[in-house]
Amino acid sequence: MKFFRLFRRQESAPVARDRLQILFAHERYSAKAPDLLALMREEILSTVAKHVEIDPGKVSVHMKHGKKISTLEIEIEVPNNAPPLSTGSRRKRPLVQAYRSA
Amino acid sequence: MAKVVVVTSGKGGVGKTTTTAALGAALAQIGQKVVIVDFDVGLRNLDLVMGAERRVVYDLINVIQGIAKLPQALIRDKRIDTLALLPASQTRDKDALTEDGVRRVIGQLRQMFDWVICDSPAGIERGATLAMRFADIAVVVTNPEVSSVRDSDRIIGLLDAKTIKAERGERMVKHLLITRYDQNRATRGEMLAIDDVLEILSTPLLGIIPESEEILRASNLGSPVTINNPASGVARAYSDAARRLMGEAVEMTIPTEKVGIFGKLFGRRAA
Repeated sequence: MKFFRLFRRQESAPVARDRLQILFAHERYSAKAPDLLALMREEILSTVAKHVEIDPGKVSVHMKHGKKISTLEIEIEVPNNAPPLSTGSRRKRPLVQAYRSA
Repeated sequence: MAKVVVVTSGKGGVGKTTTTAALGAALAQIGQKVVIVDFDVGLRNLDLVMGAERRVVYDLINVIQGIAKLPQALIRDKRIDTLALLPASQTRDKDALTEDGVRRVIGQLRQMFDWVICDSPAGIERGATLAMRFADIAVVVTNPEVSSVRDSDRIIGLLDAKTIKAERGERMVKHLLITRYDQNRATRGEMLAIDDVLEILSTPLLGIIPESEEILRASNLGSPVTINNPASGVARAYSDAARRLMGEAVEMTIPTEKVGIFGKLFGRRAA
């Protein structure tokens, strides 16, 4: 059997089908909950904005769905020269990252 | 009552313009009154594929802006008198395509023809969304290839969200037309099979158009493939698809161009 397989090229169509099915499963899943992401993004940003000045255009929010866990990734760019809004805040590092399993 | 069809795909180069020309001609060949409308403002090509590039005087944008009246812009086909073309503008002013203007023109065309077939530009921008906006039926042209299938999925989503029909809560009729299909490669597992594409996109099939040299020959000559070589496999595939659009139950086959050794010897064209 192996001998004959040497002459046969690997079938690529099943790979294409599987890749598309996985892709669409992800895209359709995330399309169902766009409001949740937008809501969380807004709430997190308003909390962060209380303490440091942020550029709303330099914020990325991603949710990745895995088989067992999903991760929420938030990246907020804060200019280093931006003064803290309240004197009480000590956070000066530019990145705020949060991970949550769902 | 007139039917407005949009031929769309998302991805470019899959055969929207070829399909618009061939389906339009096939419907006209069975006596329907057909107008094919080029929505690809700035990159018009339907006139070229139809062999009417030297007869364009006014275009869709001129009609929308009131520079010309609709009958002045319509080009009647010289081969089939129930077929007409409304060309796109070659100027790059895409914003000239307004929703109100398109609504007015489509409304007028509905009064004059049985079928209004809109050739959508590639992409998901203004031109593409306006081409589908007033359609009753969508023909989604897909190649059995991953990027085309993905873009078709995207377009199907837009058809269900951004069309007048969808906004009214009515059902947007969608058909899948698989083009550039190669049965041999699919059998060898080198190309997505028809069933795979149908399952992934869960949209009913209008037809299977085989990969064929006849397409290039027809576009070289400026003639829809159903007129240029009606006996060819692709032409028969398009004619079958046109009859399915008419509501006829036509058995789904993949007509091929194979010429046997005797056919070659005696110089007969494969039927």
